[in-house]
Amino acid sequence: MDRKNRRRGNLGLAVAALLVALPFLPLFLWSFAGEWRFPALLPTGWSLRGFQALAEPGSRVIEATINSLVVGGAATAASVAVGLPAGMALGRYEFRLKGLVVFFVLLPILVPPLASTMGVHLTFIRLGLADTAFGVFLVHLVPTVPYTTVILASVFAERGVELEEAARTLGATPWQAFLRVTLPGVAPGVAVAALFAFLVSWSQYILTVLIGGGNVITLPMLLFSAARGSDPVLTSVLALIFVLPAILALVAALRFLKAGDAKKKQEGLLGLGKVS
Amino acid sequence: MSTRLEIQDLTHSYGGDRPALSGLTLSVEPGELVALLGPSGCGKTTALKIIAGLLSPTAGDVRIGGRSVLNVPPEQREAAMVFQKSLLFPHMTVESNVGFGLRMRGTPRGEMRERVERALRRVHMGGFATRKPAALSGGQQQRVALARALVTEPRLLLLDEPLSALDANLREGMRGLIKEVQREGKHTTVFVTHDQEEAVILADRIALVTDGHLRMYDRPEAFYDRPLNREIAEFFGAANFLHGQARNGTVETPLGALKLAIPATSGEVTLTIRPEAVRLEGGENSFSARVREATYLGTQVLYGLEASGGVALKAALPPHTRLTVGDDVLVRLPAESLWALGR
Repeated sequence: MDRKNRRRGNLGLAVAALLVALPFLPLFLWSFAGEWRFPALLPTGWSLRGFQALAEPGSRVIEATINSLVVGGAATAASVAVGLPAGMALGRYEFRLKGLVVFFVLLPILVPPLASTMGVHLTFIRLGLADTAFGVFLVHLVPTVPYTTVILASVFAERGVELEEAARTLGATPWQAFLRVTLPGVAPGVAVAALFAFLVSWSQYILTVLIGGGNVITLPMLLFSAARGSDPVLTSVLALIFVLPAILALVAALRFLKAGDAKKKQEGLLGLGKVS
Repeated sequence: MSTRLEIQDLTHSYGGDRPALSGLTLSVEPGELVALLGPSGCGKTTALKIIAGLLSPTAGDVRIGGRSVLNVPPEQREAAMVFQKSLLFPHMTVESNVGFGLRMRGTPRGEMRERVERALRRVHMGGFATRKPAALSGGQQQRVALARALVTEPRLLLLDEPLSALDANLREGMRGLIKEVQREGKHTTVFVTHDQEEAVILADRIALVTDGHLRMYDRPEAFYDRPLNREIAEFFGAANFLHGQARNGTVETPLGALKLAIPATSGEVTLTIRPEAVRLEGGENSFSARVREATYLGTQVLYGLEASGGVALKAALPPHTRLTVGDDVLVRLPAESLWALGR
C-alpha cells in the first residue's frame, strides 16, 4: 500500500516536473540552433552563435546583467529593511485603522504600475532622479515593498511573541530579544521575502523603461527588444540568462527546505506560515 | 537570594466590561511556593505576567524585595518564567538555551559553562547539552526550560502551568523535580495552575482566584478543614452540607443538635463535613441512617446515606467496611470535623 502510494507520488512529481520543464525545451534548442527551418522537428544545424553575440561589447548584455543585479540587490535589501519592521507591526499588534493601513500597503500591487508611475515620473524629473539608476532602484520599491511587508506580516503573526517574552524574563532587553531570538526565528521568512523582492525587481520592465528612460539598461529591456526583433536564437539565449536567478533561487530554497525539515511542521512552507 | 513578593490591589482590564483581575492582594514570603489556583480565564496568568513585567496593571502595585517594580522592565526584575509550552529557542542548543540568561548578563564564558552544566545536572539533563530542542521529548524540554529559568538564580520563579502540557505519567516526575529544586534553591515561587491536586501537593499556600478575585489564601489543608464558603468547599470536593440554627454552641439541624469543636456564631449556618470524616459509630453527634448507595472506588467505598428526615450524606469509608444497600447503621459526625461555613 505504502509502496503503491509512493510510486503514485513519484509519477505525480514527474508529471509536475515535465510541465515546468517542457516550455524551456524549445528555448534550449533555439539557443544552440544553427539552422532550424519549418518542417524539421529538431534543429538541423547547431552553433554557439547566440552566445558569441552576447559576449560582444555591443550587445550590452554584461552591462545589463550588472545593472539588473545591482538594482535588484539594492531593491531587495531596501524592501526587506522596510518590510521587516512594517511586517512586525502588522503581524504582532492590533491598532486602530489597521485594515486601512494594510490596504495602503497593498495598494501599489492593486493599482496598475503604469498609472502611478506617470505621476512618479514627473516628480522624479523635478528631483533629477529620472534617467538614473538610483531612480530606477527607488521606483522598483513600489512593487517590492508590499510583497516583503505582507510576507513578513504573516510570518510574525504566525510566530506570536511568546519566545520574546520568555527571553525578556530571562534578562534580555527588547533589542537583545530581537537580535538573538526574533531575527534567527524569522530568518527563513526573510529569505522568502527577499527572494520575492528580487524576482519582482529582476523581471521589472515598465517601471525601468519609464523612469530609466533608456539610460539604465536592464536584462528585461534587452530581452524585450530582442523579442521584437527577428532573431529567435538571440532571444532564447537572453531568456535563458533571464530565468537563471529564479532557477538558482528555487534550488537554494529547496535545499533550505530540506535542511529545516524538522521545523517545517511548525513553520509552514519555507517559514512562510499562512499567507493571508 | 530569597525575596519577598507583595502584590497590592492589583487590577487589570483588557478593555472588556469585566476586569481580568480586580483588587488582588497577597504576599509571598521569601522562599515560599504559592499556587495561584483557579479555572482557566480567572486572571491568574494575567497576574503572573504583571509580576514578570510583561503586562502593566491598570491599577495596583507589585513589590519585589520591598521595592515597587512597576517601572522596572522585565529584564531587570530577575523574575524568570517557565511557561506551559517549554518555549526553548529552537535555533539554539540545549546548552545555549540554558546559558541565555547568563549571556544576557555578560557572565564570563568559563563561569557560564560551569553554571549551565550544574543547572542541567540539577534537572537530570546532564547528557543533553549539545542537542537541539526539537530532538527532545516534551518532558525533557520542560526540564531544560526549568534549568534555563533557574541558572541565573532569579529572585522570583514564576511558573505558568508548567505541567499541563505534559502526559500524565511525566507530570508526577516534573512536579517532584519542581518541588525539589525550589526547596533546594529557596526560590520565592508563584505557580499558576487550574489543577487542585497539583496545588495541594506543591504549594506552601494556595491562593484561590475566581473571576479575577482572590477568594481564599491559606495553607492547603485549610481548604479542606476550614473552607470559607460553600463554593470553595465544593471546589475542594466537599459533598455534605447541613443547614441549621446555631444556638449556645450547638447547631440545631434536621439530624438533631450537633456539637462543633469551634462553635459557630449564632444564627443560620451551613455545616460541612468531608465524606472521609464521617464515622460509623455511636457517641456524640450520632444518629441512625440507612445505606442507599455504595460505590467501590478501590482505596475506599463511597456510601450514600439517608438519615431521618430524608437528609442525604456522603461517607467515604475504608474498603473493608462491607455495607450493603438497605443496611441501617449508626453514623457519627465528629465535632472536630464539622465546620460552619461563612456566607
